[in-house]
Amino acid sequence: MAARQRVMVLLGAAVVLAALPWVVHSRYVLAALVFIALNALAAVGLSLVMGFAGQVSLGQAAFFAVGAYVSGVLTATYGCNGWLAVVIAVAAGALTAAAIGLPIFRLSGLLLAMATLGFGIIVYYVLVNWAAVTGGPSGLTGVPPLTVGAFRFDSDARMLWLAGGALLGVLWLAGNLVDSRIGRALRAVHGSEAAAAAAGIDTARLKLGVFTLAGAITALAGALYAHYLTFINPSPFGFAYSVELVVMVVLGGVASLWGAVLGAAVIVALVETLRAALPLVSASHGAAEYEIALFGVILMLFMIFLPTGLVGLARRPA
Amino acid sequence: MGEQLAQYLASGLVVGGIYALIGLGFVIVYGVTRIVNFAQGEFVMLGALGMVTLTARGYGVGTAFVVSLLAVATVGALLERVAVRPLRRAPALAVLILTIGASIALRGAALLSWGTDPLAVPAFSAGPPLVVGGAVVVRQGVWVLAVAASVFAALWWFFNRTYAGTAVRACAVNPRAASLMGIRVDRVSLLAWTLSGALGATAGAVIAPITYATYDMGLMLGLKGFVAAVLGGLASPPAAIAGGFALGVLESLAAGLVSSAYKDAVAFVVLIAVCLAQVAGWLPWRVAQES
Amino acid sequence: MTTSALLEARGLGRDFGGVAAVRGLDFHVAAGTIKALIGPNGAGKTTLLSMIAGALPPSRGRLLLDGRLLPVGRPHAVAALGIARTFQLVRPFGEMSVLETVMVGCHRCGRSGWLAAALRSGAQRREEDALRERALAVLARMGLAARAADVACALPYGEQRLVEVARALAAGPRLLLLDEPGAGLDATEHARLATMVRAIRDEGTTILLVDHHMDFVLDLADEVLVLNYGEKLAEDTPGAIRRHPAVVAAYLGEEAA
Repeated sequence: MAARQRVMVLLGAAVVLAALPWVVHSRYVLAALVFIALNALAAVGLSLVMGFAGQVSLGQAAFFAVGAYVSGVLTATYGCNGWLAVVIAVAAGALTAAAIGLPIFRLSGLLLAMATLGFGIIVYYVLVNWAAVTGGPSGLTGVPPLTVGAFRFDSDARMLWLAGGALLGVLWLAGNLVDSRIGRALRAVHGSEAAAAAAGIDTARLKLGVFTLAGAITALAGALYAHYLTFINPSPFGFAYSVELVVMVVLGGVASLWGAVLGAAVIVALVETLRAALPLVSASHGAAEYEIALFGVILMLFMIFLPTGLVGLARRPA
Repeated sequence: MGEQLAQYLASGLVVGGIYALIGLGFVIVYGVTRIVNFAQGEFVMLGALGMVTLTARGYGVGTAFVVSLLAVATVGALLERVAVRPLRRAPALAVLILTIGASIALRGAALLSWGTDPLAVPAFSAGPPLVVGGAVVVRQGVWVLAVAASVFAALWWFFNRTYAGTAVRACAVNPRAASLMGIRVDRVSLLAWTLSGALGATAGAVIAPITYATYDMGLMLGLKGFVAAVLGGLASPPAAIAGGFALGVLESLAAGLVSSAYKDAVAFVVLIAVCLAQVAGWLPWRVAQES
Repeated sequence: MTTSALLEARGLGRDFGGVAAVRGLDFHVAAGTIKALIGPNGAGKTTLLSMIAGALPPSRGRLLLDGRLLPVGRPHAVAALGIARTFQLVRPFGEMSVLETVMVGCHRCGRSGWLAAALRSGAQRREEDALRERALAVLARMGLAARAADVACALPYGEQRLVEVARALAAGPRLLLLDEPGAGLDATEHARLATMVRAIRDEGTTILLVDHHMDFVLDLADEVLVLNYGEKLAEDTPGAIRRHPAVVAAYLGEEAA
């Protein structure tokens, strides 16, 4: 997408975003939209790694958790300024990713994916067990919402503006990056690592850079999440969430930032729809119990009929 | 101290046998189809829960075991035919997500059928725990090892002494050459998935009396079995078996000597350690080497 | 021994398991010349190119560029020193256009970092324009300017190979390694390739070329290195090589069209 086109689309989206809370009155829908925005933010980070560095990361939830906990603990326990805490959380996400990435990016393919999986789970266990700092399994309460002067981001509508705004900002930055010399190098590495290296691209450093960036973006999503819910515990940040993020990216179409947003929207909408619709269809069995099975089946069907993802529908190859 | 170590070793070997069985399932499917089957852990879970239902209905343990095995093997076969085969030309990531979807669907189905409570399964034979070299081993633990050993022997015979097994090995090495030699690769793929279903069910059936059966037991077991397979290089059944036992013992030792809180994390720490060792060039063998 | 040897190999060897793909190799490539590397299948030609390009570490021996040791096992560092290569099997970068593919070739000509790229700073935009100009110029020289916007992997095979060469040339390398550039090309395309290779040499780039088409190679090269079973069989002018008894014997029955 050309740069000017992208700015137009993003500005249009920003206008829609600003107007949404006046058009949509249902708190339930607004909350769902906030979740879509936060998940989309996390998924966009992952999409850079998977679509452009061509590496599967099965531990992305760890960075979401790092972002949430760093920001949460700094504000709830140490009274730090909210925005500063978010910035530190983003930096923490980047540093964690760099620290993890440095040793493992010399691996390739399956082993790299396994290493990310391992790290993701280890981070999760640290969060669960380091109760003194993180509050352990019962979590951390009292995370204050973000404020600008007297204006508090404490409602669904306001958080939608904040999360949505952050998403649009990241989409602009990431889109620029993808179109640039560095983005070209990333796409080249994805296409053929050997040829990219022969062209003078330091592939290991590039992959590390993308991974670090993804860690930062996902941590941002986590930090905003913490200030939205005002309460965090480790259970949403386990391996299952890492898997969910991968699903979002693949569903949307791997090498596409908008695909990640679309994938996040579809998954969140799917889960919420199942949750809402099932009690209407079947009064007998606890309807929530069907949710998991149906979700799995729908996912399988999606992959059988749309293996290149939703964005692949729009782009039929020549 | 020696007795404690013997204890850790014994329980580590029992758990290791399970990891080895699960790891074998991964290796066989991956070897033939280059697919990592995320639903492998669910095969284990279904084997365990199948035992719950069948023994509750009054069937003997032996019958229940066989029926459970066949049922889950069929599930594996169905999965291959209905879901995996249509995607044989799809990108590898799509297939990965497909198996993830399958694992979620199976878990959901199990939740509907059996609920959330952990369910008990009778041990294969009654009697007090045995004492072996200072270690106390429950009878079922011995069953685990016995069944595992029989399975390994049967598989060895199958892969090395039968045409079908050799065909599987041929496909794992070079599917195109195998098909040129007249081997029906699609049939071998079906066989691989069926076999891995049976292996998973075996693991589940034999461990359930010790750990109880729940609808979500497959996730962690599957992951750890996968780590075991990866440790062994993902390409070779004997290496997966060795990886499984090594992982089981390491996990047991770490839980006993260091801290039991992080027990589940041990497998992944080991995984990372092995990955890093490979990067540093310290590993005398290559892990998960693919063409 | 020429005094202006750009590339020099001393005692170079590479083992795979128990087999020596290349052994005890000493040779040199003089600056500003076209050197052909020929030999029967399995003689070790691609292994040698991969070692020079830094993709494969040698088991023994040294490679020197301008008298200095080449970095080992780091192809991007070797590329930074001015060595570019093409691959036997064309490796397109996904669905990238021809222009973008060639722009990747001059990746190292740009300096802007991640932040500048994300923010689309003025300097970064100017740099992009310069890279684009440079890539278009290379494409024009190769007669591919009309293809700039097309998807590279959708082009006919012969043109894809030319795009590969354009990508290798984009950064203005001192030494160009061409791995079977003529494979799959017809006679007309071969002639076009020969003209192009000579033009590249005349602009000052040194070329090391691997190919199986004997007439093409012996007409084009200034000097020829013959490998057989990983060892140097002969290193001489094309005329001398044509008459060399051991070379003829090695190729008996394998004379390519």
